[in-house]
Amino acid sequence: MRLPPAGSEQSDPANRQAPLPARFRVIASRPGTARLAFPQGLQPCPAVRTIEERPIETTQTLLLSLILAPFLGSLLAISIPSGKGTVAAWLAGAVALFCLAISAGLYPVISGGHVLRYDLAWMPELGLNFTLRMDGFAWMFSSLVTAIGLLVVVYARYYMAASDPVPRFFSLFLAFMGAMLGVVLSGNLILLAVFWELTSIISFLLIGYWYHNAAARDGARMALTVTGTGGLCMFVGLMLIGHVVGSYDLDTVLNSGNVIREHPLYTTILVLILMGALTKSAQFPFHFWLPHAMAAPTPVSAYLHSATLVKAGVFLLIRLWPVMAGTDAWFWIVGLAGLSTLLLGAYFAIFQQDLKGLLAYSTISHLGLITVLLSLGSPLAAVAAIFHTMNHATFKASLFMAAGIIDHETGTRDMRRLSGLFRYMPFTATLAMVASASMAGVPLLNGFLSKEMFFAEAIETHKYNALDTLTPYVATLASMFSVTYSLRFIHSVFFGPPATDLPKSPHEPPHWMRAPIEFLVLACLVVGIVPGYTIGPFLHTAVQSVLGEATPTYSLAVWHGWNLPLFMSLIALVGGVVLFLLMKNYLATSVEGPPLFRRLEGQRIFERVLVTLSWKWARWIEMRVGTRRLQPQMRVLVSVALAAGALPLLLNGFAPADIVLRSIDPILALLWLIGMICAIGAAYQAKFHRLAALVLLGGAGLTTCLTFVWLSAPDLAVTQLLVEIVTTVLILLGLRWLPKRIERHDDHDVMTMPVRLRRVRDFLLAIFCGVGMMLISYTVMTRSLPETISSYFLERAYSEGGGTNVVNVILVDFRGFDTLGEIAVLCIVALTVFALLLRFRPATESLETPQQQQVQNAFDDKHPDRAKGDSIAEYLFVPSVIMRWMFPAIGLFAAFLFFRGHDLPGGGFAAGITMSIAFILQYMSGGTRWVEERLRIHPLRWMSIGLIVATATGLGSWLFGYPFLTSHAQYADLPLIGKMPLASAILFDLGVFSLVLGATVLILIALAHQSLRAPRAQMRAARAAAKESN
Amino acid sequence: MELVLSVAIGVLTASGVWLLFRPRTYQVVIGLSLLSYAVNLFIFGMGRLRLNAPPVLEQGGTGGLLTHTDPIPQALVLTAIVIGFAMTALFLVVLLASRGLTGTDHVDGRE
Repeated sequence: MRLPPAGSEQSDPANRQAPLPARFRVIASRPGTARLAFPQGLQPCPAVRTIEERPIETTQTLLLSLILAPFLGSLLAISIPSGKGTVAAWLAGAVALFCLAISAGLYPVISGGHVLRYDLAWMPELGLNFTLRMDGFAWMFSSLVTAIGLLVVVYARYYMAASDPVPRFFSLFLAFMGAMLGVVLSGNLILLAVFWELTSIISFLLIGYWYHNAAARDGARMALTVTGTGGLCMFVGLMLIGHVVGSYDLDTVLNSGNVIREHPLYTTILVLILMGALTKSAQFPFHFWLPHAMAAPTPVSAYLHSATLVKAGVFLLIRLWPVMAGTDAWFWIVGLAGLSTLLLGAYFAIFQQDLKGLLAYSTISHLGLITVLLSLGSPLAAVAAIFHTMNHATFKASLFMAAGIIDHETGTRDMRRLSGLFRYMPFTATLAMVASASMAGVPLLNGFLSKEMFFAEAIETHKYNALDTLTPYVATLASMFSVTYSLRFIHSVFFGPPATDLPKSPHEPPHWMRAPIEFLVLACLVVGIVPGYTIGPFLHTAVQSVLGEATPTYSLAVWHGWNLPLFMSLIALVGGVVLFLLMKNYLATSVEGPPLFRRLEGQRIFERVLVTLSWKWARWIEMRVGTRRLQPQMRVLVSVALAAGALPLLLNGFAPADIVLRSIDPILALLWLIGMICAIGAAYQAKFHRLAALVLLGGAGLTTCLTFVWLSAPDLAVTQLLVEIVTTVLILLGLRWLPKRIERHDDHDVMTMPVRLRRVRDFLLAIFCGVGMMLISYTVMTRSLPETISSYFLERAYSEGGGTNVVNVILVDFRGFDTLGEIAVLCIVALTVFALLLRFRPATESLETPQQQQVQNAFDDKHPDRAKGDSIAEYLFVPSVIMRWMFPAIGLFAAFLFFRGHDLPGGGFAAGITMSIAFILQYMSGGTRWVEERLRIHPLRWMSIGLIVATATGLGSWLFGYPFLTSHAQYADLPLIGKMPLASAILFDLGVFSLVLGATVLILIALAHQSLRAPRAQMRAARAAAKESN
Repeated sequence: MELVLSVAIGVLTASGVWLLFRPRTYQVVIGLSLLSYAVNLFIFGMGRLRLNAPPVLEQGGTGGLLTHTDPIPQALVLTAIVIGFAMTALFLVVLLASRGLTGTDHVDGRE
């Protein structure tokens, strides 16, 4: 086992020379790209490049599975049907237990100050790697996340009602756990930002779990907006750190504290990072989202607001503490935010009437406490911060769960209605009392210990300024408030006369619903009484990994003698009790919210800002500079493109080569004369003569196709020809649904002056664009070809791609990933077309049977020997027989194109379209019903098979240890067919074939089916008319 | 050769752009198709025009730009043709749906 100590860089040059697979060389040898890909001043750190060749050790596998298990569990959970909530709960519990076990099992590895790393090169050119890194602090957090996660799962199993979509809850819950573990274990700043955003998004979904509830939706949106904005700022900050340090690797960054602090960008970075951390940890003035997030189910609150989401901000502050802290800017910004949050949170908490609201503001206040500790910049304060992070998680999770039980068993969380519950639920009451005592900082509980450490640090002088002098007073006052609200929580709920108007009759919850609270409260007690023996070593490991050599000596003893912090605690306790007694009667009936600040709600300001930004200003800008009309938009778009293209030419000047008339090939010129007439004709006729325009468009297309043949591009010619056919059929199918437009001869006379001017302007713009394109293409084409990567492909198409048709080899092998993307686009388009046509309602005037069919039916009616519909059936009788018989022939041709594709012009694209033409011909000859009675046509299935085959071929190369979509080529001698290229790329091409076939057929059939629906629509319209006349 | 093709590209572009500015959806679809011909030919032309030099190698051999034409623009255009078809299909269906919904074939959904 090779485990480097914290901060060391693993550099092993001997391993770097391992042979890379072919695809890798392609990327590496493309000139220019590698250099271009680097952001300025950023080189991949040495730790990154070496790791993939190292054997992966068991501990690293465990670390990886710690991250992957929750996400996999999440995927599994979402596939559980919504009635089977218990199954999902068991699954989530198993995953959380598994993660907890891994986390616990990894403790021996990191306990000696070691760092466990797992590296996977992701985009090493950008310094971006999938690096997981576990040190003592990350271990502490991951244990907290998984342990409390497990407890919350147990609790939620009993909390969630059977009518809720429980699997969705557990799926999101597990995903959130994974994202949080990702934040904690990221060893790369960018990866950290990715997981950070993921926590924002999933918390949005969790808070909005009951999305039928408007408060849940608003709370979720607010949380996402605030934390998401902060997250974006933080992302920029992290990128700037990467820029300053030259690496995104966390170990490197942690070793570059001085570089960062002395850099001119330090303040910018600090502000940006703090934006992320302070919004996430709900620090003033961004605290307002947290109380609104209480609309979430209570297990979510218990998890997000005790151990995870809000602690992510604190986590980041502690993680970057060695690098960023200690400066005046840090002290002032973090200190001010922390102190005001500490005080305001505690003050607001007193006046809440909602149980969860009280806990929410208390959470805000405690997070403020941690932030203040971190602002001080002293190592002892950092120890206290880490310690309080743990303590707060334990007592706050248990309190949230207790509040949930009260809500669950009584039906309300309003403290004005709740009263005297002690006699109904004595166990829960006792547990809640111990936990709130810990929250208030009563001795012999864990909350007391970290609060004493906080007081001790608060009275120390760190900086000679007013803020530092103020800290102990604010701390005592806030602590007094926290005693008051803790007392209030207990007193108003559990004591007093029994409540009379509760929605449900209260009783103890099921035992297992209480078990998590019992466990947490036990932890509060044990840690509070014998801290040195229980939490001591773990805390020390965590502290050491953050502070390193700066780790101070500290004592976790309960009794430190009669000292100033103890007196402060006593003042707070006594003052808090007195304050509560004074306010008791007022609070019992008061309205929600603190008296002085009731009107100054963060939420209102937030919403005002949001409305102004996204509604008023947006509308104003749209009104002034925007238009909803397409034509002006098009004009602007084309004009800008024209200007962008012409400007460099005008500024730098350019010289097209002289025109040599002799070089003009007369046949090509004649061909294009026809082509150009077709193009102009199509442009001229598209308004009144759609069919003519379509035919002319086809003419231009065919000319293009012939040009490809002429100029050594057989593959393009084949594809162009086939696509031309399909496009024509497609547009022909669509023509039926367009309104009739008949040219009137007086149109030209009524044309007004503005219309004329507009047409002249459009005409000139079009001419400019055409001339511009002509000049550019002539100039480029008459120059010699510069050195490009093309020769690379020509040289290696056969030796590495195993095919002689270079274009096809590029498509399915060298640039297979692009092709995969392209067929995915095709797939999406086909599905979109399908979905759009499902809801298609033709305009009423195109509902009638087409004129031709009307004539044919009238003919049948007139002749007594003919039944109605005979003429339509007999129409194109002979051609349709031929078309039917063409099916196998075209199918064979498609197979031919497909198999020769790797070596000769053809390939999956062309074969797919050819095959789809075979199907279309059947539809044209026999009609929709006839075909579908005889052939099994499942374009959706073909498409999915195609996509799966193509992706699976790409993934297959992973089995052999090669990068995605690496191809293997070989020739095989097949009986009858002969020597045939059997590259694995042919499987990929098969996927392309299947998908292109499916997509094309789906689009065409979806459109063709509309004519079946038209008669139905006609009937509906007739019925509606009949109803109206009645 | 180059002159003919560049004039053709110019004419196709001009016709396409003109149709792009027209008020009827069908005109815009036809315009986009013409424009995609122009763009495809333009990209293709960036690999320069060669006669009788398709990028198909001898069995077992290698090739170079002396004997074969540039394959990359061809690979790009090949997928562009297919994507162009998809785009035409999508626009056509959007125009049909818009016509069904709004009762007009004006690009703005109202006259």
